[in-house]
Amino acid sequence: MLDGANARAAPSRVWLSGHLGLVLLFLYGPILVLMALSFNQAGLPTAWTGFSVKWYGVLLENEAVLAAARNTLIVAVTSTLLATALGALLAIGVEYRRRGPALEAVLFAPMIIPDIVLAIALLSFFTLLEFTLGLHSIILSHVVFNIAFVCAVVRTRLRGFDWSVFEASVDLGANEATTFRRVILPAILPGVLAGAMLSFTLSVDEFIIAFFTAGPGQGSTTLPMQIYSMIRFGVTPEINAMATIVMAVSFALVLLSQRINKGSITG
Amino acid sequence: MPRSLLRDWILLGPGLTWLALLLVAPCAIVFFFAFFERGVYGGVDYVFGFDNFGRAFDPLYLSIFLKSAKIAGLATLVALLIGYPAAYAIARAAPRRQTVFLVLVMLPFWSNYLIRTYAWIVLLNREGLINQALTALGLINEPLSLLYNEFAVVTGLVYNYLPFVILAIFASISRLNPETLEASEDLGASSVRTFFRVTLPLTIPGVAAGAVFVFVLSIGNFITPDLLGGGRIQMVGNIIYDQFLTARDWPFGATLSMMLIGVMMILLFTQAMVVRRMQGDREGAHA
Repeated sequence: MLDGANARAAPSRVWLSGHLGLVLLFLYGPILVLMALSFNQAGLPTAWTGFSVKWYGVLLENEAVLAAARNTLIVAVTSTLLATALGALLAIGVEYRRRGPALEAVLFAPMIIPDIVLAIALLSFFTLLEFTLGLHSIILSHVVFNIAFVCAVVRTRLRGFDWSVFEASVDLGANEATTFRRVILPAILPGVLAGAMLSFTLSVDEFIIAFFTAGPGQGSTTLPMQIYSMIRFGVTPEINAMATIVMAVSFALVLLSQRINKGSITG
Repeated sequence: MPRSLLRDWILLGPGLTWLALLLVAPCAIVFFFAFFERGVYGGVDYVFGFDNFGRAFDPLYLSIFLKSAKIAGLATLVALLIGYPAAYAIARAAPRRQTVFLVLVMLPFWSNYLIRTYAWIVLLNREGLINQALTALGLINEPLSLLYNEFAVVTGLVYNYLPFVILAIFASISRLNPETLEASEDLGASSVRTFFRVTLPLTIPGVAAGAVFVFVLSIGNFITPDLLGGGRIQMVGNIIYDQFLTARDWPFGATLSMMLIGVMMILLFTQAMVVRRMQGDREGAHA
């Protein structure tokens, strides 16, 4: 849209495109290197010795990794279901009626507060209440930031919503439950699905809050916690293989969420 | 209005109750912990005082705070310098390609933070790709120590938060009225002059939003200094971690967290003021 104004500045245009290309290389280069090295035959971290999928086999036989993956699925699915229901209702309520600065602050806080602060706050809270820690406390904690993200995505969906349609439906004799199901839900459904997918991705990837609220013992180790402890031992092809799978799943879910609801990931 | 009151409760009640219990209450607890003392066995002794705050301004911790601010500031500056031209390039692309570029830029941002950070260990270590490439080109004889220093930490922070900076600045640039820029050029300003006198000042809200975001998430970061700093770079986030899990001095960890939140709130407030003032200016100009 700025083409007209700057049409004669052709050389700067080439520079800008070149710069954008380099930025994309910077963003994707490291991830692609990681993915390529996961197919490296030798156990050496970086010298290429031939194509092989054997590290994926090694990974799938690692009991600790499989147990962590199972825990992560339990946490992500449960926290996503809870956060999607609560976040979507909240979005409708906030858009329809109340929009005070305090409410906006509470909805914005989980997105900007440093993870480590939320993590220690939740640990302090659970400890003070003498709450036993485990997968359930990770779930309770993940719902906190997931509510905020689901709510934000669904709200963008409702921004242009014509609330008089809603009033008309009620005036015409439909009760509020029917109106919700037949009028509001269809309008927000893409946003709800997209928000659910983003929240699932965020939960699968979240490390610090899970680390602090998992409690002692190995029983509730999640995949990022497992990845963290493996990374501390150094670069291995097995981590590269795991990283490749996790990144591929994230990318697929995020792209799907953007496809269902345009603007989900780009605001 | 009993019916609408009921509706409010159903819509807002569950979500807000959750956030009140598991966000507001925990943060309030940390706030109060900051004024108490560490118990003999690592618990919290409920003796009110400001000792923790005095300790936080001890030169040792103050220097860590300042170092964190320096690293976060550096990461913010680099991210803005790289991000602004990238956002500008996207804003000048055709609308269809704009969406593609934005999705490409934001995609890594939504993926696993640990793995994105680990990728830099793979690239920067002594046998890593960058050292190999430099050796192969004959530029160096000995591998460079690229990892476990400030350079690695700043690189990791820029890498992880650059997408959001680009998005925030893009949002600001795409809201510009093209006619304003045309007017500037029609009146004889060069495109460079137009950029520095018109485009840049009008997009300061986007720059401020991106800058505050990178700075806040960087200064409170734990993973990046931990993995790419290799224990040699201590930032506030790492100290908070240690106070809670190693030293078991929760009240002092809580104090450091509250100071972090304080810095964050001051920055967010400043950003809101900048945006409000610019909107005021614009409305004033229209009147």
